[in-house]
Order: sequence, then structure tokens, then C-alpha cells
Amino acid sequence: MSPPEAGPSTLGSGPDRAANLFAATDLTRRKLRAQRIAKYAFGAMAAAIVLPLLLILAYLLVRAWPMLSWGFITEVPANFMRGGGVWPALVGTLYLVTFSLLVAAPIGVLAGIYLNEFARDNWFTRAVNLAVINLAGVPSIVHALFGVGAFVIFAGLGKSILAASLTLAIMTLPVIIVSTKEALNAVPMAFRQACWNLGASRWQVIRTIVLPNSISGILTGLILQVSRAAGDTAPIMFTGVVFYMAVEPGTLLPYSPTDQCMALAYHLYTVTTQVQDAPEALPYATAVVLIGFVFVFNSAAIILRTRLRAKKKW
Amino acid sequence: MTTSTASSAEPRPGLAAAASADRGILTRDFSLWYGGFQALIGVSASIRPGRITALIGPSGCGKTTLLRSFNRMNERFPGVRTSGQITIMGQNILAPEVSLIELRKSVGMVFQRPNPLPLSIYDNVVFGLRLHGGAGSLCRAEEKLAVEKALREVFLWDAVKDRLGARATELQLEQQQKLCIARLLPLRPEVLLMDEPCSALDAEATAAVEELLDGMRRRYTIVIVTHNMAQARRVSDDCIYMLSGRLVEHGPTAELFINPRDRRTEEYIEGRYG
Repeated sequence: MSPPEAGPSTLGSGPDRAANLFAATDLTRRKLRAQRIAKYAFGAMAAAIVLPLLLILAYLLVRAWPMLSWGFITEVPANFMRGGGVWPALVGTLYLVTFSLLVAAPIGVLAGIYLNEFARDNWFTRAVNLAVINLAGVPSIVHALFGVGAFVIFAGLGKSILAASLTLAIMTLPVIIVSTKEALNAVPMAFRQACWNLGASRWQVIRTIVLPNSISGILTGLILQVSRAAGDTAPIMFTGVVFYMAVEPGTLLPYSPTDQCMALAYHLYTVTTQVQDAPEALPYATAVVLIGFVFVFNSAAIILRTRLRAKKKW
Repeated sequence: MTTSTASSAEPRPGLAAAASADRGILTRDFSLWYGGFQALIGVSASIRPGRITALIGPSGCGKTTLLRSFNRMNERFPGVRTSGQITIMGQNILAPEVSLIELRKSVGMVFQRPNPLPLSIYDNVVFGLRLHGGAGSLCRAEEKLAVEKALREVFLWDAVKDRLGARATELQLEQQQKLCIARLLPLRPEVLLMDEPCSALDAEATAAVEELLDGMRRRYTIVIVTHNMAQARRVSDDCIYMLSGRLVEHGPTAELFINPRDRRTEEYIEGRYG
């Protein structure tokens, strides 16, 4: 008794077909080949994201090497910005980021909680959500102009750390709101229902269940905005940063909030474009300090986040 | 159709006594709309206190909506309107001065899928007490006592007494569902609402939960929605059959299953539709 003829002819009926009923047919091989090609092509794209990052970092470090030293961080610029360090700019950036976060984080997180946990779906909520999304898409130079009009001129703050921080806060606020909402939204509805059914008020549910289970996501949103605030030049250049500011090297609190200040991102811009005969390594070294600043700030937040996430229980 | 529904919805003689009792659940001509869709149409029922009442009927007949009306869980959906009356323990729960927080303390709900909170077993059971107690109202010993009592009541104590600090979400489904019942008990609820509490459980776990329900009879007024005819027959004292948003028949379970008064009830319990 011979085995029956293998199915439809298109499914391959080569000689090896008889050898093993489950051997791959031509069609199957074609499918597997396509899958393999897709896998390597997509993998290459994923690698292509990492590669430039590493190249940039390596390039920066190599070019910055001649000027990198502990002194570069703790000293003030010298020799008409051609030497010395970046201490005033580093502290200035720390001021700007901290103040803007102090303003934007509470407002953004609380607004996000309201929008996700309390707001009903009505015209007001929809208008707020639309405004938030559109604000997130506004270019930072437009935020800068708004900052000049609203804080420097109208509020009478003048060009100052306060005005610049508030401008940064306005810029980062919408994204903080959106990421907070998303983090809260990721907490399963079943938890809220369970609480409401025990007679919990909305606020009790938020405090005891929703926030503890979404805090790591909320922090992630904040971390990303720190990097953005530290790196963006446009919003601060009209509202509060200066080319040069004389401060004592190494002092932690050289500025008052109403002062103007230096900032790393703007310093990088000025030493590249405004200072003649600056050593070649100077802008690169400044960039390394800026990246290092963001890295340290983020690491702290990531450690905190990991601690909190370890407590997450579902 | 309306008239026949109304006549068959009249309480049977066996239920007449319930109408005067004030511990049960009384609905009078209760209707509910989701926007333009009327999900409940003039439901009048008198659910006896201390009994297990099963709500049965095909999908979409409104039984879950009716159940959720008893602790006003429908109201968070937009566009929900109601008319008529629901009285629980002699109090109209739709009255404006009723606080949902107080209502839900007395009328607890158990869901289809067990939904323990992402906390320890212990914290799940005392969650309700802590919500309502205010800060530091209970000392640790009182709390522990309440936890043990609640867990014993749902036959869970022996299984978890040595790991009360373990995460509730890591329990087996059956234990999770028992925990979800246990966590209602420290609040001393009068009414327990159960929305297909066994639909996510296997046969053995279902039997265990049914045994538990049987033990809770008389102490609580229990309303249970179920798709499972056999389960309705096994656990309930009374049965309400609903169809297309209307209450078709309400009577003692034994009578309703053996001798249904309405042709549609008969066809449903015989499995001809639904």
C-alpha cells in the first residue's frame, strides 16, 4: 500500500516529501527565510539606534579629553572664557532645573491626577486635554517668547533665574501631565472598583492604591523632563541666562533667584559661537559636563524608581 | 406584554411576608437608562432578608445592571438615568441625602474576576476597616481579631494564617475570591452582591465558594447573578428570572424551577434559549 499523493501540488511535493511527512516544504522554507531576513533587518535598525549614541559619547570624550579635569568642573571661566572651568554654568543649570521642577512637578502631577481620576468626560475636560496635547507640541523658542512676555515683562521678574525657570516649567508641564495620566491609567480599574465597593472615597483610593502603584511611571515622566529642561537653550536665553557671571569658584549658592545666571547649554552655545580663539576642547568638555549632569540627575531618579517599583505588587 | 409581565411579577404568596420586612431589598417600578437605551423596565421586586436570591436570565437581560443598582455602581457610567425606588433596610438608597460611601459599607459587592488589592492578605482584609476607622482607631490586636474572624468565616484562615503578609495577588483564584468576600465582612455589611462570583473558577473552587455561600445564609442578604442554572438551583432560596430588562418571575427557587408560572421562564430553565 503506497501512501496517498501529497495534498495540493502547490504545497511542494518534492522527493523528500515522502521521506518525512513533516519536512519543510518550499513554501515553508520561503516563509522561514522571510522571517530570518526580517529579524536581521529589524535587529540592525535597533543596533543603529545604539551605535550613534556610543559614537557620539566616545567622540565627545576624545575631543574633550585635553580639558577634562576636576578643576574644569569646580573652577570659574578664566582668560576671557578661553580657560578655567564651568562651575557657574553648572550651578546655574542646577538652579534652573530645580526651580522649574519645583513648579512643574506638583502642578503637572496634580493636574494629571485630576484629569485621570476625577474629571468626567465633558467639554471642560476635553478642552483641557486638547490644550495639554497642543502645548506639548509647541516649539521651545515659542515658549521662550511667551516667557519674555509673561514673566520677564508682564510679571516684572526681569531677566532672572525665576523667569527662566518658570519658562522651563511651562515648557515641561504638558509632558509631565500627559505622562502622569498615562502612569495612572496603567493601574487596573479593578483595583479602584474594589476600593469603591468598600466605601472608599476617590481620594482614599488614589492615596492608598493608585499612587503607590503608579509612582514609578510618574517619576519616569519627570526624569525625562529634567533632561529636557537642562538641555534646552532657547527658553532660557531670553529670560535669564547670561554670557558671563562672576561667582566664587566652588560655592554652592552663588545665585539668588532674582539674579541672572550662567547655564551649561547656553555656555556651550556661546563658547562655540561667540568666543574667539577658544581652545578646541572647551565646547566638548562643556558638553561632557552637561551630559554628566543629566546622567547623575537621572541615575538618582532611576534608583529611587527601582526602589519604589520593587514594592509594586501585581 | 407589559400587562402579562406585571401580573407574573406579582409576589407569590410565599414571598408576601417579605414586603413588610425592612431588612430586605425592595424595588418599586425601578427603571434605568444607559443614554437612550433602557436596560431596566419597571422592575418591582421584594428580596427577602437573610436569604440567597439568584438573578438569572440570558445575557443582556439586565440582571447585572439590577445588581449594580443595589449599591449604585452604575452611576459612574456617563448618561445613566434612573426612575422608581430601591429601598434597602427601609431606606430609599436613591434619596439625595444618601452617601455612596455609607451605602457601600453596608452593601458590598463581589466581582466576576477576583480583584484583591495589590497589598498583603492581611492588609486586604483590614482595608475597609482602615478606610472607615480614621487614623489609629483600632489597635493592632483588634485588627488581628477582625482579620481572623473574617478569614475564618470564608474558610480561608487555616490556609493563610501563616502567611498573612504574603501578597494577595499570589493566592490561587479560589482563595482570591474568598478573600474578596472576606474583605467585605469586617464592615458588617447587611447585603452582599455577587456578580457571577464563580465564573472565573474551576468546578472544585466553585463548589468551595458555594459551600461558603451556604454557610453565610441567614446572616446576610445575598443577591447572586449567575449564568449557571444548576448553581442557581443549588445555592439560592429565591430566584428572579429576568428577560429584556423586565422581571418575568420571582419566587422560591424550588417552586420556580419545578413549576414555573411563566412560559418564558420555563423555556429558559429548560435550556431552550439563553
